[in-house]
Amino acid sequence: MIKHLLSGADLDAATATEILDTAAEMATVAGREIKKLPALRGRTVVNLFYEDSTRTRISFEAAAKRLSADVINFSAKGSSVTKGESLKDTALTLQAMGADAVVVRHPASGAPHRLANWVDGSVVNAGDGTHEHPTQALLDAYTMRSRLGRLAGLSVAVVGDVLHSRVARSNVLLLSTLGAKVTLVGPPTLIPVDIAGALAPATDVSYDLDSVLPNVDVVMMLRVQRERMNDSYFPSAREYARRYGLDGPRMRRLPEHAIVMHPGPMNRGMEITPEVADSPRSTIVEQVTNGVSVRMAVLYLLLGGNNR
Amino acid sequence: MAYPPAARSSPPRQPSVKVILASADVQRVVDRIAHQILEKTQGAADTVLLGIPTRGTPLARRLADRISTFEDVAVPVGVLDITLYRDDLRRHATRAIGPTELPPGGIDGKRVILVDDVLFSGRTVRAALDALNDVGRPASVQLAVLVDRGHRELPIRADYVGKNIPTSLAESVKVTLAEIDGTDEVKLYGGPTS
Repeated sequence: MIKHLLSGADLDAATATEILDTAAEMATVAGREIKKLPALRGRTVVNLFYEDSTRTRISFEAAAKRLSADVINFSAKGSSVTKGESLKDTALTLQAMGADAVVVRHPASGAPHRLANWVDGSVVNAGDGTHEHPTQALLDAYTMRSRLGRLAGLSVAVVGDVLHSRVARSNVLLLSTLGAKVTLVGPPTLIPVDIAGALAPATDVSYDLDSVLPNVDVVMMLRVQRERMNDSYFPSAREYARRYGLDGPRMRRLPEHAIVMHPGPMNRGMEITPEVADSPRSTIVEQVTNGVSVRMAVLYLLLGGNNR
Repeated sequence: MAYPPAARSSPPRQPSVKVILASADVQRVVDRIAHQILEKTQGAADTVLLGIPTRGTPLARRLADRISTFEDVAVPVGVLDITLYRDDLRRHATRAIGPTELPPGGIDGKRVILVDDVLFSGRTVRAALDALNDVGRPASVQLAVLVDRGHRELPIRADYVGKNIPTSLAESVKVTLAEIDGTDEVKLYGGPTS
């Protein structure tokens, strides 16, 4: 088993499958009266969050607590970071406190990779800048597998702001490792040139959502980040919603079995309409539930044994 | 570079292998445990068999099958994975966890019989008792094993024992079952070469 989880590319097919299988067992704990396992008793997990996050932080916290680990939550607001402490000094402080794992979210791409060189414990990337978010990709893969029964051969459209999306990057890497075919869809301004070549050669790019929809098993809508709306990547929010938003009529063009995913938080009415978000095809709430199981699996596999 | 030949007083010893139970013996032993369970539980009402993976699982199924043959009682069977409750989890590389499957009726208020192949230090059974604690509250817990080889490190005792095998710590007991290994057999490895 690997020591850190920094990128979707850290996982080969066997390791990724092991994580998904372990997550399936972890999921059974959620149905029990006592939602607790003793596997990480006495281990300390630090949630180091330099960016706002609700679901990812709570999800990691719930996962660590269900495995009986001690959890320390650290958010940049209200900490020494506002006094100017560097990432390295914060890392050394955590090290001195004996953190066995650090779950880190940081606005700078690559911050978790730097952190991994400074601490002895495992580092889990919970989102770094516009780079990667591997546990999100794992929970998306888990959700697809549990809804559709397989990953190999699935056709997945990832729609929206690919340029700024760490979710998209990690998903492309992980899904292609697991044998699914990804098509990136969005306005040309929001899809980097040659992203397919840079991440996974079998990835397709399309600028026309309507032509892609009839042939996919999964549509993954990405959030349009509000802070990007003034940067003229697209003329107006309404035009974006018209061309790349998933609404009722577009959803009905999908194959019968296809599912609709969204990593959250959603902009209802922008990239996804409430009709779609609340339909039975939507897995958005399931993704949150699965997130806890997948993160339990990751923490267990990184910390459960003596892997030093 | 030449090393001096290692001093060797005797030729390399072949580990000795002794078959303790052959295929037919294993079946007879399972039959006997099934009868004992029926006797001791007065007909195996409100009883659940939980196998401890790997080889406790098929043993539990066989016992349930024999019990239904002898007395026409359907005893629910489940699987209890104990990986996350082991006391040596930290000492080894991360272990893959297996499924825990409880029968539909659950185990609350039932008589649970844990089933395993070999009873040795007792640590597996301790882990199983902890795991059981997290999945429900049985009325009572009993233990059935195919082989008891002694050397307990915890105050644990089996209620049903297929075969007591006196062993030394240098020896190892290996159970193979048709469902997993293709044949039913209990073998003792590394005994004193006579």
